[in-house]
Amino acid sequence: IPLMGVTHKALQERQRQQMARGLPKQKPITGVKQVIVVASGKGGVGKSTTAVNLALGLTAVNPSKSVGVLDADVHGPSIPKLMNLKGNPELTDNNLMIPLTNYGIPCMSMGFLVDDAAPIVWRGLMVMSAIEKLLRQVNWGSLDYLVVDMPPGTGDVQLSISQNIPVAGAVIVSTPQDIALLDARRGAEMFKKVNVPVLGLVQNMSVFQCPNCHHQTHIFGSDGARRLAETLGVHFLGDIPLHLNIREMSDRGQPVVVSSPDSPEAEAYKKVAAAVVRRLEEVST
Amino acid sequence: LAATVGILDIDLCGPSIPRMLSVGRPDVHQCDLGWVPVYTDAEKSLALMSIGFLLDDPDDAVVWRGPKKTALIGQFVSDVAWGELDVLLVDTPPGTSDEHLAVLENLKKHKVDGAILVTTPQAVSTGDVRREITFCKKTGLRILGIVENMSGFACPHCSECTNIFSKGGGEDLAKLTGSVFLGSVPLDPLLSASIEEGKDFIQSFPHSPTFSAITSISHTLLNSLQAA
Repeated sequence: IPLMGVTHKALQERQRQQMARGLPKQKPITGVKQVIVVASGKGGVGKSTTAVNLALGLTAVNPSKSVGVLDADVHGPSIPKLMNLKGNPELTDNNLMIPLTNYGIPCMSMGFLVDDAAPIVWRGLMVMSAIEKLLRQVNWGSLDYLVVDMPPGTGDVQLSISQNIPVAGAVIVSTPQDIALLDARRGAEMFKKVNVPVLGLVQNMSVFQCPNCHHQTHIFGSDGARRLAETLGVHFLGDIPLHLNIREMSDRGQPVVVSSPDSPEAEAYKKVAAAVVRRLEEVST
Repeated sequence: LAATVGILDIDLCGPSIPRMLSVGRPDVHQCDLGWVPVYTDAEKSLALMSIGFLLDDPDDAVVWRGPKKTALIGQFVSDVAWGELDVLLVDTPPGTSDEHLAVLENLKKHKVDGAILVTTPQAVSTGDVRREITFCKKTGLRILGIVENMSGFACPHCSECTNIFSKGGGEDLAKLTGSVFLGSVPLDPLLSASIEEGKDFIQSFPHSPTFSAITSISHTLLNSLQAA
């Protein structure tokens, strides 16, 4: 290919077309209206906790909507613990797995299919096959939103999901730290490459208020996610503070949005949920 | 401790090591023996290799499937001219997937002294690390011990300690699985800030409780390595 006289834009467009060729066709999940993926890039920033409270926040903000949660973190499935769910899913007559439900939210996770201590030592190909099953062989029924808790990174799972199903939007979770933000930026870049709209950034663990003296400490830095959102031209969906209650309730499998619905932490999640709904309307028009 | 240490960063999707040690954007050169690692100082006491050094823009997304990751990790193990090192530390991504399998397979011909497992105290973390422990046992990888990170936070204003991410989860996990507990590291905004600014925390804050915690863990670890 002669490079002389070809603009950078033309090269990018050609690369995009080449990447789009020969890929599996996107097929929506039966009964699911909109898929929202919750991703981060970096591990340990609170994706799963945010995904669960976002799902519950979506129903709190609009009680007529049905919401489900899919745990796509095959290696470190956290949804069972966070939603206080356990057990092997039953099958319907046509061999679809029936999701386990708590707090009105049907859930599916690799965690329901394997032992608590068992490592899932799978290479990319097997992980893709498992994700395919979790997407297509579940009896989701009719859902307005399916919130997908993604694993950290920008690899097989992220590619498989965005190539196989239409994704309405991605919520990227980061802490204020630079190294988390760098990965969040990579995550946002990846979604742009695969044409998934980025709904916005959530700044998790934004600030800690001492329960004793109320002094505020920015343990993981200050406002980095907000600044990154501006730099990337991405929306800022909200701050979630570091609060003992969030982790305590998570450990008990009682997400804070249902266990302490009037608390400032729960309000923070509900604000993010409302912002997500607004952004979904914006990107679909 | 004047040991020469190498750090191999195999978190290909989220390489944090170059940023944390603020080595900027150096080029990686080739010599007869392979890629020359990036050194943090003139004394060459700390050698680094990360995908971050090989990308045009170190902040670019690396959206690779398994086989490509496996191939690069193979090269990182065999084709880097580390020279004489006392210790090589390998920083892995979360999970038990291609990267972990690749590095173990490639290191098989060399001696792997063991794995250090880091967890935070809360249930979702210890739950994941429990799987990692089983992975190590199944692959015959010796567990050097468990570190409980972000264990408790002391308010800089009133010194009240709040266990934001709980406490003791890592220690309990060590007991449950019969592993050595190396120690706890508290949540320290000074440590986060040092890393953000690329400052050497050990040199900047030698009197902090975090420094004592890290030193104690290092000593326990080195004793355990020498005893083997």
